[in-house]
Amino acid sequence: MSKLLIKGGRVLDPAQGLDKSCDILVEDGRIAAIEANIDAAGVETIDASGRLVTPGLVDIHVHLRDPGLEYKEDIVSGTQAAVAGGFTAVACMPNTKPVNDSLAVTRYILDKAATEGHCRVFPIASITKGLAGDSLAELGELREAGCYAASDDGKPVASSEMMRRAMEYARPFDMTIVSHAEDLELVGAGVMNEGPVATELGLKGIPWVAEDAATARDIMLAELTGCHLHVAHVSTKGSVELVRQAKQRGVNVTCEATPHHFTLTDEAVRGYNTNAKMNPPLRSEQDRLAICAGLADGTIDAIATDHAPHHLDEKNVEFNIAMNGIVGLETALPLTLQLVRDGVIDLTRAIELLTSGPARCLGLPVGRLEVGAAADITLIDPEQQWTVAADQLHSKSKNSPFVGWSLQGGAVCTIVGGRVAFART
Amino acid sequence: MAFGHKHILGIEQLSREDIQLILDTGDAFKEINSRDIKKVPTLRGKTIVNAFFEASTRTRLSFEIAGKRLSADTVNIAGSTSSVVKGETLEDTAKNIEAMAPDIIVIRHGHSGAPHYLAERVGCSIVNAGDGAHEHPSQALLDLMTIREHKGTIEGLEVAIVGDITHSRVARSDIYALTRMGARVRLAGPGTMIPPGIEKLGNVVVCRNMLDAIDNADVVMMLRIQLERQSKTLLPSLREYARFYGLNPKNIKLAKADAIVMHPGPMNRGVEISSYVADGVQNVILDQVANGVAVRMALLYLVSGVEAMETQQG
Repeated sequence: MSKLLIKGGRVLDPAQGLDKSCDILVEDGRIAAIEANIDAAGVETIDASGRLVTPGLVDIHVHLRDPGLEYKEDIVSGTQAAVAGGFTAVACMPNTKPVNDSLAVTRYILDKAATEGHCRVFPIASITKGLAGDSLAELGELREAGCYAASDDGKPVASSEMMRRAMEYARPFDMTIVSHAEDLELVGAGVMNEGPVATELGLKGIPWVAEDAATARDIMLAELTGCHLHVAHVSTKGSVELVRQAKQRGVNVTCEATPHHFTLTDEAVRGYNTNAKMNPPLRSEQDRLAICAGLADGTIDAIATDHAPHHLDEKNVEFNIAMNGIVGLETALPLTLQLVRDGVIDLTRAIELLTSGPARCLGLPVGRLEVGAAADITLIDPEQQWTVAADQLHSKSKNSPFVGWSLQGGAVCTIVGGRVAFART
Repeated sequence: MAFGHKHILGIEQLSREDIQLILDTGDAFKEINSRDIKKVPTLRGKTIVNAFFEASTRTRLSFEIAGKRLSADTVNIAGSTSSVVKGETLEDTAKNIEAMAPDIIVIRHGHSGAPHYLAERVGCSIVNAGDGAHEHPSQALLDLMTIREHKGTIEGLEVAIVGDITHSRVARSDIYALTRMGARVRLAGPGTMIPPGIEKLGNVVVCRNMLDAIDNADVVMMLRIQLERQSKTLLPSLREYARFYGLNPKNIKLAKADAIVMHPGPMNRGVEISSYVADGVQNVILDQVANGVAVRMALLYLVSGVEAMETQQG
């Protein structure tokens, strides 16, 4: 019987209101005890003094690029980046080649993750076949196979009728519909946030209303159908407010925000920085502050990275033709802890936004430290100072606007199912 | 005074003193263009590549003549941004050009920021000859030179810029250049062609209509309506555009009696400017073209860092 003792840390599980100095005993991959001064002589012990011991972090918005786009990332490298960032579970988006719209692709992802991956992987199914927006994927079978949610992430479901039927169909399967809320006609050929910076740089802007209009539609469809709607990567003040109001009137809606949207604004695009190009784009300071407020007041349920690896060749080009997206798994935790130091949220809320919050958004059976539960545990050094270096990122891709930044805090040990999947040396 | 810029990426990077120096240098070079033998040895032995990835006649010709009059070897390459789709990246194209050791690359490109991209990746000087909807610095400088010639100064002038501001790199460069030299800029154009935050670029007022913009103006600059770029959602018709945003013999009377009329070319006669105004006594449009050569000579000279100004006396 394999055992592991995590000794002397500050154990913090927001889902249970747990915040005390104690030990955790792991037996056979499960949490056997959470108590003060567990005496387990001869058991392999991790000294957690000075560390936060939290449920394994959960990222519900990741692009693992596998199958088909392995030159950007694959399930092995992506989950390696995840555990290095403190994540023990990730949900991966279906815009792979082929698209995850079938049992075969879902099984491939789950099998590869189980045999070669470093953390748990929850595949997200596409809503429509081939992400084409015109016919429903086999959501029932995909749900059975292990897809807790469906999304056409990367593009919106443009047809309101299609989205309505997807929600109606998904609801009895207890499947969450994840909306990539964007009105493509309003986006047009836009490549960054519409506003003074875009005007100055001579780049075509994407107005906030492109997101807000689509968010409003999807909230109304959730209201009509009763389906659980999760709004991915909210980036505008208006979207946050729409979700806030919807929650107040009881709509079954949750949402997430990314570290880059609560950290950066469109000012980061200056110099035509293609690592500041993503979709939705970095917005104004007003939007950034609204996201911070939403994280603090509970409107936003989760922090998710939208980890979007792209090859150097796809970013080392003119801004207009650079791919959208940045890697985020290895910088999310310190950027979230920065919100605590800045007084935006407290530590408990920060950990909630990275654990039980995201798990609840998709109904994933993770994100808690409970006796009997799988031992997914992250040890965090909140003080650790480090500088983001491209060659030290575990992801195959290095497209991060935070390269060169000095950050504080990080995972020192990531335990998945009782096994140490990552330890900072 | 020394010119501290290796590249000319935009007016935004230039100080009032830099602009002053470029204009003064342009004035000094202008005389060469009226000589019998229009050539000085100033840039002899220098190689200038005019890399035009987007169609251009006037600007390419102007840069080429400017280089030749200074005795530089000038080479033109034309391409389209679609060559990127065919395979070679802009970086590879630029590095191949660089391997042949030019001193200056003059670049025109459809993507905003392309000259900045090159400046970060090659060793020679980069001169922006127009990038996307971002900047067209040499156009703004020739505009300033022309205004200064006719008005004596730029300080305190009221300048109206009318047309498609959103897609205009000329407008952006002119706004920076004019306000940095102390002019006040008034903008007018269709509501679909006024970009948000444009007033943050300088001393700029956005007017509700064209008449407010040109009222009592010292300078009226008309922008080209880019027929080939407009989608159907931006304008109902050219007929209506001409009616509300075209300069004609009637509305030009609102400007000061001695106001000058400018246009960066090529003109759409009868659309943004009536022939009566384009060919009228107030127009300085061909002066702009003539000054374009002189100001581009100044730019090529200043970025090449050649010390001896007296060589031009040759």
